[in-house]
Amino acid sequence: MKRIEVIQSILEANDSIALQNQQLLNTNGVFAINIMSSPGAGKTSLILQTIAKLKNKLRIAVIEGDVASTLDSEKVRKEVADVVQINTRNMSESCTLIANMVDHALKRLPLADIDLLLIENVGNLICPSEFALGEHKRVVISSLPEGDDKPIKYPVIFIDADAVVINKLDFLPYVEFDIDSFEIALKRLNPTIEIFQLSCKTGAGIEDWCAWLLKEMEANKHKPQTKK
Amino acid sequence: MHEFGITENIVSIVLGKAKEAHAGRISEIDLVVGELSGFVPDCIQFYFDFLSKGNIAEGAVLNFEQAPVQLRCQNCSTIFRPQDTSWTCPECQSQDVEIAGGRELYVKSIQVE
Repeated sequence: MKRIEVIQSILEANDSIALQNQQLLNTNGVFAINIMSSPGAGKTSLILQTIAKLKNKLRIAVIEGDVASTLDSEKVRKEVADVVQINTRNMSESCTLIANMVDHALKRLPLADIDLLLIENVGNLICPSEFALGEHKRVVISSLPEGDDKPIKYPVIFIDADAVVINKLDFLPYVEFDIDSFEIALKRLNPTIEIFQLSCKTGAGIEDWCAWLLKEMEANKHKPQTKK
Repeated sequence: MHEFGITENIVSIVLGKAKEAHAGRISEIDLVVGELSGFVPDCIQFYFDFLSKGNIAEGAVLNFEQAPVQLRCQNCSTIFRPQDTSWTCPECQSQDVEIAGGRELYVKSIQVE
Protein backbone atom coordinates (compact mmCIF):
# COMPACT_ATOMS: atom_id res chain seq x y z
CA MET A 1 0.00 0.00 0.00
CA LYS A 2 1.34 3.39 -0.82
CA ARG A 3 0.03 6.87 -1.25
CA ILE A 4 0.88 8.70 -4.47
CA GLU A 5 0.69 12.49 -4.66
CA VAL A 6 -1.34 13.61 -7.67
CA ILE A 7 -2.32 17.32 -7.33
CA GLN A 8 -4.05 17.50 -10.69
CA SER A 9 -6.91 19.82 -11.53
CA ILE A 10 -10.07 17.97 -12.48
CA LEU A 11 -11.05 20.81 -14.83
CA GLU A 12 -7.73 20.71 -16.68
CA ALA A 13 -9.19 18.76 -19.63
CA ASN A 14 -11.90 21.40 -20.14
CA ASP A 15 -9.49 24.29 -19.69
CA SER A 16 -7.09 23.00 -22.31
CA ILE A 17 -9.88 22.59 -24.90
CA ALA A 18 -11.09 26.09 -24.03
CA LEU A 19 -7.61 27.43 -24.70
CA GLN A 20 -7.51 25.68 -28.10
CA ASN A 21 -10.92 27.18 -28.92
CA GLN A 22 -9.63 30.61 -28.06
CA GLN A 23 -6.53 30.18 -30.19
CA LEU A 24 -8.71 29.10 -33.11
CA LEU A 25 -10.92 32.15 -32.63
CA ASN A 26 -7.90 34.46 -32.44
CA THR A 27 -6.38 32.98 -35.59
CA ASN A 28 -9.60 33.75 -37.42
CA GLY A 29 -10.07 37.18 -35.88
CA VAL A 30 -13.30 36.20 -34.12
CA PHE A 31 -14.28 37.91 -30.86
CA ALA A 32 -16.40 35.64 -28.65
CA ILE A 33 -18.57 36.37 -25.64
CA ASN A 34 -20.17 33.89 -23.29
CA ILE A 35 -23.62 35.08 -22.22
CA MET A 36 -24.88 33.57 -18.97
CA SER A 37 -27.95 34.10 -16.81
CA SER A 38 -30.79 32.28 -15.11
CA PRO A 39 -33.55 31.00 -17.44
CA GLY A 40 -35.72 33.80 -18.75
CA ALA A 41 -33.44 36.75 -17.94
CA GLY A 42 -33.15 37.71 -21.60
CA LYS A 43 -30.13 36.04 -23.17
CA THR A 44 -31.85 35.45 -26.52
CA SER A 45 -33.45 38.90 -26.43
CA LEU A 46 -30.06 40.53 -25.82
CA ILE A 47 -28.60 38.55 -28.71
CA LEU A 48 -31.45 39.64 -31.02
CA GLN A 49 -31.07 43.30 -30.00
CA THR A 50 -27.30 43.14 -30.48
CA ILE A 51 -27.74 41.61 -33.93
CA ALA A 52 -30.28 44.29 -34.90
CA LYS A 53 -27.87 47.03 -33.88
CA LEU A 54 -24.64 45.59 -35.28
CA LYS A 55 -25.51 43.40 -38.24
CA ASN A 56 -24.75 46.12 -40.78
CA LYS A 57 -21.28 46.57 -39.33
CA LEU A 58 -20.27 43.02 -38.44
CA ARG A 59 -20.81 39.44 -39.48
CA ILE A 60 -22.25 37.79 -36.40
CA ALA A 61 -22.56 34.10 -35.55
CA VAL A 62 -24.47 32.56 -32.65
CA ILE A 63 -24.08 29.34 -30.66
CA GLU A 64 -27.29 28.49 -28.82
CA GLY A 65 -27.04 26.24 -25.76
CA ASP A 66 -30.25 24.73 -24.41
CA VAL A 67 -31.18 21.59 -22.56
CA ALA A 68 -33.79 20.85 -25.23
CA SER A 69 -35.52 22.37 -28.26
CA THR A 70 -34.45 24.58 -31.16
CA LEU A 71 -36.80 27.45 -30.23
CA ASP A 72 -34.00 29.95 -29.63
CA SER A 73 -31.98 29.06 -32.71
CA GLU A 74 -35.11 29.39 -34.86
CA LYS A 75 -35.65 32.93 -33.55
CA VAL A 76 -32.03 33.87 -34.14
CA ARG A 77 -31.82 32.21 -37.57
CA LYS A 78 -34.35 34.71 -38.89
CA GLU A 79 -31.72 37.40 -38.29
CA VAL A 80 -28.35 35.77 -38.98
CA ALA A 81 -27.31 32.82 -41.14
CA ASP A 82 -24.66 31.30 -38.92
CA VAL A 83 -26.38 29.67 -35.95
CA VAL A 84 -25.46 26.39 -34.28
CA GLN A 85 -27.82 24.85 -31.74
CA ILE A 86 -26.36 22.67 -29.01
CA ASN A 87 -28.82 20.54 -27.03
CA THR A 88 -27.27 19.34 -23.81
CA ARG A 89 -30.04 16.97 -22.71
CA ASN A 90 -28.24 13.79 -23.71
CA MET A 91 -24.73 14.96 -22.93
CA SER A 92 -22.67 14.29 -19.84
CA GLU A 93 -23.22 17.90 -18.76
CA SER A 94 -26.78 19.01 -19.33
CA CYS A 95 -26.75 22.12 -17.18
CA THR A 96 -24.02 24.11 -18.94
CA LEU A 97 -22.04 24.34 -22.12
CA ILE A 98 -18.52 22.96 -21.85
CA ALA A 99 -15.48 23.63 -24.03
CA ASN A 100 -15.83 20.38 -25.95
CA MET A 101 -19.34 21.24 -27.15
CA VAL A 102 -18.14 24.64 -28.35
CA ASP A 103 -15.20 22.98 -30.12
CA HIS A 104 -17.69 20.91 -32.15
CA ALA A 105 -19.88 23.94 -32.85
CA LEU A 106 -16.91 26.00 -34.07
CA LYS A 107 -16.20 23.35 -36.72
CA ARG A 108 -19.63 24.06 -38.21
CA LEU A 109 -19.10 27.82 -38.54
CA PRO A 110 -17.29 29.73 -41.31
CA LEU A 111 -14.92 31.29 -38.77
CA ALA A 112 -12.76 33.16 -41.28
CA ASP A 113 -15.78 35.26 -42.29
CA ILE A 114 -17.07 35.97 -38.78
CA ASP A 115 -16.28 39.00 -36.61
CA LEU A 116 -18.38 38.43 -33.52
CA LEU A 117 -19.53 35.15 -31.94
CA LEU A 118 -22.29 35.32 -29.34
CA ILE A 119 -22.49 32.15 -27.23
CA GLU A 120 -25.74 31.71 -25.34
CA ASN A 121 -25.07 29.40 -22.42
CA VAL A 122 -27.69 27.19 -20.75
CA GLY A 123 -29.88 29.18 -18.35
CA ASN A 124 -28.21 28.62 -14.98
CA LEU A 125 -26.26 30.78 -12.51
CA ILE A 126 -24.13 28.03 -10.96
CA CYS A 127 -22.73 25.46 -13.38
CA PRO A 128 -21.57 27.67 -16.30
CA SER A 129 -19.19 29.54 -14.01
CA GLU A 130 -16.99 26.45 -13.70
CA PHE A 131 -16.43 25.84 -17.41
CA ALA A 132 -14.36 28.09 -19.65
CA LEU A 133 -15.42 27.79 -23.29
CA GLY A 134 -12.70 29.80 -25.02
CA GLU A 135 -14.57 33.11 -24.88
CA HIS A 136 -12.88 36.50 -24.66
CA LYS A 137 -15.44 38.08 -22.36
CA ARG A 138 -18.04 36.77 -19.93
CA VAL A 139 -21.33 38.55 -19.54
CA VAL A 140 -24.01 37.84 -16.95
CA ILE A 141 -27.55 39.12 -17.35
CA SER A 142 -29.65 39.85 -14.28
CA SER A 143 -33.23 40.90 -14.89
CA LEU A 144 -35.37 42.99 -12.57
CA PRO A 145 -38.07 40.38 -11.83
CA GLU A 146 -35.37 38.03 -10.45
CA GLY A 147 -34.64 40.39 -7.55
CA ASP A 148 -31.53 42.33 -6.57
CA ASP A 149 -29.93 39.65 -4.37
CA LYS A 150 -28.37 37.49 -7.09
CA PRO A 151 -24.73 38.64 -6.63
CA ILE A 152 -24.99 37.74 -2.94
CA LYS A 153 -26.60 34.36 -3.58
CA TYR A 154 -24.48 33.32 -6.58
CA PRO A 155 -21.17 35.16 -6.12
CA VAL A 156 -18.89 33.05 -8.28
CA ILE A 157 -20.50 33.75 -11.65
CA PHE A 158 -20.40 37.49 -10.92
CA ILE A 159 -16.77 37.37 -9.75
CA ASP A 160 -15.70 35.87 -13.08
CA ALA A 161 -17.81 38.17 -15.26
CA ASP A 162 -16.41 41.07 -17.27
CA ALA A 163 -19.78 42.75 -17.61
CA VAL A 164 -23.24 42.55 -16.11
CA VAL A 165 -26.36 43.55 -17.99
CA ILE A 166 -29.32 44.61 -15.86
CA ASN A 167 -32.21 43.75 -18.16
CA LYS A 168 -35.96 44.45 -18.15
CA LEU A 169 -35.47 47.99 -16.91
CA ASP A 170 -39.05 48.66 -18.06
CA PHE A 171 -40.19 46.55 -15.05
CA LEU A 172 -38.80 49.07 -12.55
CA PRO A 173 -42.19 50.54 -11.53
CA TYR A 174 -43.62 47.08 -10.84
CA VAL A 175 -40.94 45.17 -8.95
CA GLU A 176 -38.82 45.49 -5.81
CA PHE A 177 -35.36 45.88 -7.24
CA ASP A 178 -32.91 48.33 -5.70
CA ILE A 179 -30.47 49.03 -8.53
CA ASP A 180 -28.04 50.88 -6.22
CA SER A 181 -27.74 48.03 -3.74
CA PHE A 182 -27.40 45.53 -6.61
CA GLU A 183 -24.53 47.56 -8.06
CA ILE A 184 -22.85 48.00 -4.66
CA ALA A 185 -22.98 44.25 -4.00
CA LEU A 186 -21.59 43.61 -7.48
CA LYS A 187 -18.71 46.09 -7.17
CA ARG A 188 -17.71 44.53 -3.86
CA LEU A 189 -17.29 41.18 -5.53
CA ASN A 190 -15.79 42.55 -8.71
CA PRO A 191 -14.56 46.16 -8.57
CA THR A 192 -13.69 46.43 -12.28
CA ILE A 193 -16.94 45.01 -13.65
CA GLU A 194 -18.82 46.93 -16.36
CA ILE A 195 -22.53 47.41 -15.69
CA PHE A 196 -25.19 48.17 -18.30
CA GLN A 197 -28.81 49.01 -17.52
CA LEU A 198 -31.08 48.26 -20.43
CA SER A 199 -34.37 46.94 -21.67
CA CYS A 200 -34.37 44.50 -24.55
CA LYS A 201 -38.08 45.19 -24.93
CA THR A 202 -37.86 48.96 -25.42
CA GLY A 203 -34.30 49.05 -26.74
CA ALA A 204 -33.24 51.57 -24.08
CA GLY A 205 -29.56 51.24 -23.20
CA ILE A 206 -28.68 48.88 -26.08
CA GLU A 207 -26.53 51.60 -27.64
CA ASP A 208 -24.08 51.68 -24.66
CA TRP A 209 -23.90 47.91 -24.51
CA CYS A 210 -23.04 47.66 -28.22
CA ALA A 211 -20.48 50.47 -27.92
CA TRP A 212 -18.72 48.47 -25.18
CA LEU A 213 -18.76 45.32 -27.34
CA LEU A 214 -17.21 47.19 -30.27
CA LYS A 215 -14.57 48.76 -28.03
CA GLU A 216 -13.61 45.38 -26.53
CA MET A 217 -13.54 43.78 -29.99
CA GLU A 218 -11.18 46.46 -31.22
CA ALA A 219 -8.91 46.06 -28.17
CA ASN A 220 -8.82 42.31 -28.73
CA LYS A 221 -7.76 42.78 -32.36
CA HIS A 222 -4.66 44.64 -31.27
CA LYS A 223 -3.87 42.39 -28.37
CA PRO A 224 -5.63 39.02 -28.50
CA GLN A 225 -6.40 37.76 -25.02
CA THR A 226 -5.76 34.41 -23.56
CA LYS A 227 -8.22 34.13 -20.78
CA LYS A 228 -8.77 31.11 -18.59
CA MET B 1 -25.80 17.78 -12.93
CA HIS B 2 -22.36 18.42 -14.38
CA GLU B 3 -20.65 15.91 -12.12
CA PHE B 4 -20.70 13.11 -14.68
CA GLY B 5 -18.03 14.65 -16.90
CA ILE B 6 -16.06 15.73 -13.85
CA THR B 7 -16.14 12.19 -12.47
CA GLU B 8 -15.00 10.82 -15.84
CA ASN B 9 -12.00 13.15 -15.51
CA ILE B 10 -11.32 11.94 -11.97
CA VAL B 11 -11.38 8.30 -13.09
CA SER B 12 -9.11 9.04 -16.02
CA ILE B 13 -6.62 10.94 -13.83
CA VAL B 14 -6.42 8.22 -11.16
CA LEU B 15 -6.20 5.36 -13.64
CA GLY B 16 -3.35 7.17 -15.40
CA LYS B 17 -1.46 7.68 -12.15
CA ALA B 18 -2.02 4.11 -10.99
CA LYS B 19 -0.75 2.79 -14.30
CA GLU B 20 2.42 4.87 -14.02
CA ALA B 21 2.96 3.33 -10.58
CA HIS B 22 2.18 -0.20 -11.86
CA ALA B 23 -0.48 -0.49 -9.19
CA GLY B 24 -2.96 -3.37 -9.17
CA ARG B 25 -5.73 -1.60 -7.30
CA ILE B 26 -6.72 1.88 -6.15
CA SER B 27 -8.09 1.79 -2.61
CA GLU B 28 -8.52 5.48 -1.81
CA ILE B 29 -8.83 8.75 -3.72
CA ASP B 30 -8.35 12.08 -1.95
CA LEU B 31 -10.20 14.94 -3.57
CA VAL B 32 -10.18 18.61 -2.67
CA VAL B 33 -13.41 20.46 -3.45
CA GLY B 34 -13.69 24.19 -2.73
CA GLU B 35 -16.67 25.46 -0.79
CA LEU B 36 -17.41 27.90 -3.62
CA SER B 37 -17.15 25.36 -6.41
CA GLY B 38 -20.46 24.10 -7.70
CA PHE B 39 -19.68 20.41 -7.30
CA VAL B 40 -21.60 18.08 -5.06
CA PRO B 41 -19.62 15.24 -3.40
CA ASP B 42 -22.66 12.91 -3.26
CA CYS B 43 -23.11 13.26 -7.01
CA ILE B 44 -19.45 12.56 -7.68
CA GLN B 45 -19.70 9.47 -5.48
CA PHE B 46 -22.81 8.26 -7.33
CA TYR B 47 -21.19 8.58 -10.77
CA PHE B 48 -17.90 7.20 -9.48
CA ASP B 49 -19.54 3.94 -8.40
CA PHE B 50 -20.88 3.60 -11.93
CA LEU B 51 -17.76 4.71 -13.81
CA SER B 52 -15.29 2.64 -11.79
CA LYS B 53 -17.13 -0.67 -12.33
CA GLY B 54 -14.76 -3.25 -13.78
CA ASN B 55 -11.58 -1.20 -13.53
CA ILE B 56 -8.91 -1.07 -10.80
CA ALA B 57 -10.59 1.91 -9.12
CA GLU B 58 -13.74 -0.11 -8.37
CA GLY B 59 -14.57 0.03 -4.69
CA ALA B 60 -12.09 2.83 -3.93
CA VAL B 61 -13.06 5.09 -1.05
CA LEU B 62 -13.47 8.75 -2.05
CA ASN B 63 -12.24 11.13 0.64
CA PHE B 64 -13.57 14.65 0.14
CA GLU B 65 -11.69 17.50 1.74
CA GLN B 66 -13.66 20.71 1.62
CA ALA B 67 -11.47 23.76 1.06
CA PRO B 68 -13.03 26.70 2.92
CA VAL B 69 -13.69 30.11 1.43
CA GLN B 70 -10.74 32.36 2.20
CA LEU B 71 -10.51 36.00 1.28
CA ARG B 72 -7.50 38.27 1.04
CA CYS B 73 -7.92 41.93 1.90
CA GLN B 74 -6.43 44.05 -0.89
CA ASN B 75 -5.85 46.88 1.58
CA CYS B 76 -4.00 45.20 4.47
CA SER B 77 -3.36 41.68 3.06
CA THR B 78 -5.15 39.94 5.94
CA ILE B 79 -6.45 36.50 4.97
CA PHE B 80 -9.75 35.69 6.63
CA ARG B 81 -12.83 33.48 6.47
CA PRO B 82 -15.95 35.53 5.77
CA GLN B 83 -18.54 35.30 8.53
CA ASP B 84 -21.45 36.47 6.39
CA THR B 85 -22.15 37.62 2.86
CA SER B 86 -20.74 41.12 3.32
CA TRP B 87 -17.11 40.02 2.83
CA THR B 88 -15.61 42.74 5.03
CA CYS B 89 -12.03 42.55 6.32
CA PRO B 90 -12.10 42.02 10.12
CA GLU B 91 -8.88 44.03 10.56
CA CYS B 92 -9.42 47.17 8.53
CA GLN B 93 -13.12 46.88 7.49
CA SER B 94 -12.16 47.21 3.82
CA GLN B 95 -14.51 45.53 1.36
CA ASP B 96 -11.90 45.39 -1.35
CA VAL B 97 -11.13 41.67 -1.15
CA GLU B 98 -10.19 38.86 -3.48
CA ILE B 99 -10.80 35.13 -3.24
CA ALA B 100 -7.75 33.30 -1.92
CA GLY B 101 -9.34 29.89 -1.47
CA GLY B 102 -12.57 27.97 -1.92
CA ARG B 103 -12.61 27.36 -5.67
CA GLU B 104 -10.32 24.31 -5.69
CA LEU B 105 -11.20 21.13 -7.53
CA TYR B 106 -8.38 18.65 -7.78
CA VAL B 107 -7.20 15.11 -7.10
CA LYS B 108 -4.75 15.45 -4.23
CA SER B 109 -3.50 11.89 -3.91
CA ILE B 110 -4.39 8.24 -4.29
CA GLN B 111 -3.69 5.14 -2.23
CA VAL B 112 -2.72 2.13 -4.32
CA GLU B 113 -1.92 -1.51 -3.71
